[in-house]
Amino acid sequence: MERRVFAYSVVSTGSFDDVGVVSTEIKRDLEEAGVERETVRRVAVICFEAEMNLALYTERGGNIEVVVEPEKVVIYVEDDGPGIEDVEKAMQPGYSTAPLWVHELGFGAGMGLPNMKENSDFFELTSEVGKGTKIHSVVFRRRENAA
Amino acid sequence: MTLEEVAQTVEAEFLNLQERADEEVRTACAADLLSDVLAMRGEAALLITGEAAPQVVRVADVMNIRAILYVRGKRPQKKDIVKWATQRGIVLLSTPLPTFEVCGRLYTRGMRCSECFENEAD
Repeated sequence: MERRVFAYSVVSTGSFDDVGVVSTEIKRDLEEAGVERETVRRVAVICFEAEMNLALYTERGGNIEVVVEPEKVVIYVEDDGPGIEDVEKAMQPGYSTAPLWVHELGFGAGMGLPNMKENSDFFELTSEVGKGTKIHSVVFRRRENAA
Repeated sequence: MTLEEVAQTVEAEFLNLQERADEEVRTACAADLLSDVLAMRGEAALLITGEAAPQVVRVADVMNIRAILYVRGKRPQKKDIVKWATQRGIVLLSTPLPTFEVCGRLYTRGMRCSECFENEAD
């Protein structure tokens, strides 16, 4: 399989209704590209959590790029949102800054970033307050064979 | 058990895709917190939830969940959500019963936890 690059933009609408639409599109694209089921699921979960953060915490949304390679899938997420003040804290399971209305919709449990890391084989988050946040995640394909 | 047996067991009605009533479902998860569903290990065929927000069907899609069972008579408020679920092949059911009762009845009939099931199979 040749290298394929998929690019998506997430718009921050201030409404939660469309959250997840981009991630389901990503899932479909990867399925069509012939990526195996378990890898698709992990990438889709990472993208879903990212999409939610873009929709919730940024003013203008951001971009998600998914690169499919023979051995791995690489995900880049980038926004020019408010940035994360304490990345270490934000990576702790259960730490949340989500407002009440987010909790009422069944999100905001403070599991987003830890869950992204959990589903990644490599995960790096860099953030600058007032400038934005970047995520670089790698999911190796057919990991069950590597174990 | 089949989706039809699930529906009968918990007095649920199909909101779409009734033609898939014969489909076999063996594993389930119950959660109102979508973050918990996204953090789930293994694959659940059925999601039992009290959350009827539009995002539930998208989370289900991402997690390869084939059917959603809304408890306490809940159902998606927007018609296009049912349509979207139908397009993506997600069966929607609604039961008047509360979560604990639903889980108890289905467990008794052989439905198992999606996250414990893999261990059981080992």
